[in-house]
Amino acid sequence: MSLTKDEVQHVAMLARLELSDKEVEKYTTQLNDILGYAQRLQALDTANVPPTAHVFPLQNVMRDDRVDPSMAREKIVANAPDEEDGFFRVPKIV
Amino acid sequence: MSNETMQMERDFDFEIVMGLEVHVELHTKSKIFCGCTTEFGGDQNTHVCPVCLGLPGVLPVLNKQVVDYAMKAGLALNCEIAEFSKFDRKNYFYPDLPKAYQVSQYDLPIAKDGYLDIEVGGNPKRIGITRVHMEEDAGKLVHGGAANLAGAEYSLADYNRTGVPLIEIVSEPDIRSIEEAVAYLERLKSILEYTEVSDCKMEQGSLRCDANVSLRPWGQKEFGTKAELKNMNSFKALQRALEYEVERQAEILREGGKILQETRMWDEAKGMTISLRSKEEAHDYRYFPEPDLVPLVISREWVDRVKATLPEMPHIRKERLVHSYGLPAYDAGIITGSKAMADYFDSACKAFGVDTPAGVEVADDKAKERAKQISNYMMGELTRLLNASEFGYSNSPVTPENLVGLLQLLEAGTISTKIAKTVFEDMFASGKPAKAIVEEKGLVQISDEGAIASIVRDILTANPSVVADFKAGKEKAMGFLVGQAMKATKGKANPGLVNKLLKEELEKM
Repeated sequence: MSLTKDEVQHVAMLARLELSDKEVEKYTTQLNDILGYAQRLQALDTANVPPTAHVFPLQNVMRDDRVDPSMAREKIVANAPDEEDGFFRVPKIV
Repeated sequence: MSNETMQMERDFDFEIVMGLEVHVELHTKSKIFCGCTTEFGGDQNTHVCPVCLGLPGVLPVLNKQVVDYAMKAGLALNCEIAEFSKFDRKNYFYPDLPKAYQVSQYDLPIAKDGYLDIEVGGNPKRIGITRVHMEEDAGKLVHGGAANLAGAEYSLADYNRTGVPLIEIVSEPDIRSIEEAVAYLERLKSILEYTEVSDCKMEQGSLRCDANVSLRPWGQKEFGTKAELKNMNSFKALQRALEYEVERQAEILREGGKILQETRMWDEAKGMTISLRSKEEAHDYRYFPEPDLVPLVISREWVDRVKATLPEMPHIRKERLVHSYGLPAYDAGIITGSKAMADYFDSACKAFGVDTPAGVEVADDKAKERAKQISNYMMGELTRLLNASEFGYSNSPVTPENLVGLLQLLEAGTISTKIAKTVFEDMFASGKPAKAIVEEKGLVQISDEGAIASIVRDILTANPSVVADFKAGKEKAMGFLVGQAMKATKGKANPGLVNKLLKEELEKM
């Protein structure tokens, strides 16, 4: 299995990354190296190994349904690139 | 091929194939992964914190009540509950999603393989439930700088709803008509109301419905290409959107065209569905296991504990009403269609001393008559007045006990049926018990034979020509005389007695 340049372009588009032709070239090679390395794992027989859902041996970490105070709105919008009347202001979405 | 199918085939040149995806906000106090309130309608961005905004370094922790509710809904929909379940990230960029991913469940949902039974035109049908999974809601966007969304120069994001717990209920593509789709959603809403996991208010967005719609020529095995419809915020919108979409697709197919796989938005004002985006690209969500949340392992005991909290479901309750009280299936169906109405009925039966424990005994004739009276008043007057007010069965101004108070006065002959109707309207307006209104206004029925006889005699004396008409064989004259007697007593005379005494006096003449 190897990754094509088109696939790298597609993944970049999904991640909202703009890549030059040279970068596409470079990342296609690098990503293929990584995939190639990971592919060595395919040689292992995992028929009797359950799929890993989490790397920690923990389960059922939960909290009770209790309301805690929210954060003050001035703090919430303090770092917003743009703000209006307590809203986050973003480019138009239709 | 069934008769029903053949009938539909004649009516329409394609077979409709639909599945519904229903999002339901769970009725918890706090959000799914943080302690922010889930309350509806707060000022913008006042119910948010670093966790639901997805600021760096925070750790979400699952609300246990969400798991209990999701499980409860799954069990009510006859699903298998997973022994092992986990959360995943669904990645996409949209400004209503501050983290740029939604925490959802992908391959290991909490519940799957259930079903829901519906009835359309008297025919029962089972609709499969593929899965029920937990996820977080997104925020809300409002338009800025213009009167409508289309003309907006920018958008404003309010994240109060971000992180409110949702379950998504996905049906199998088993739905074959618009009527079935509406019946499915009605049934689903009713079941969820019974379980009390959600308030199911479509107008507040706590129950939202998407539909996958495709057509295929009759007899074809493969499904046609589907469109996904969004933004149907009422039963009426669902009905209209499906009607529009089915016709749109049929027209394209009739002309030999191809249906595009896409997401379409129902535009209520324009009365049409509008293409939002092509599906292939939008659906590349790159799900992966959520590393900030550990898996859920659900024991038999936990499932049993939740199962024990399930109420009597609508169809069982309906059966009980039919079996125990002999109510017509239609009436029982209406009453049990809403949990609040069914609870009202049960409370009234209890107050009238005719309650029957879940689903076994058959009431005696007297109890059946009383239950029938309660049912009649609910289906008629009470529903009419509630619909015209801002009240519902859960907060009706006439309590079940007060309704029974009125029915007791009727049963004892203290008031007439006609007076009861006006008393009931007074009760609804004032919230007072029937007895108080009857006493205040002096509406007690006159059943004193002597008093009525004297009134009857006066009327006969005052209307010699009508009496002559009656003697000449004009039956209608009797009605006039009864009317006069009722009028003279302001409707309080016992009509049976009036009739009887009138006949007696007329015979004497």
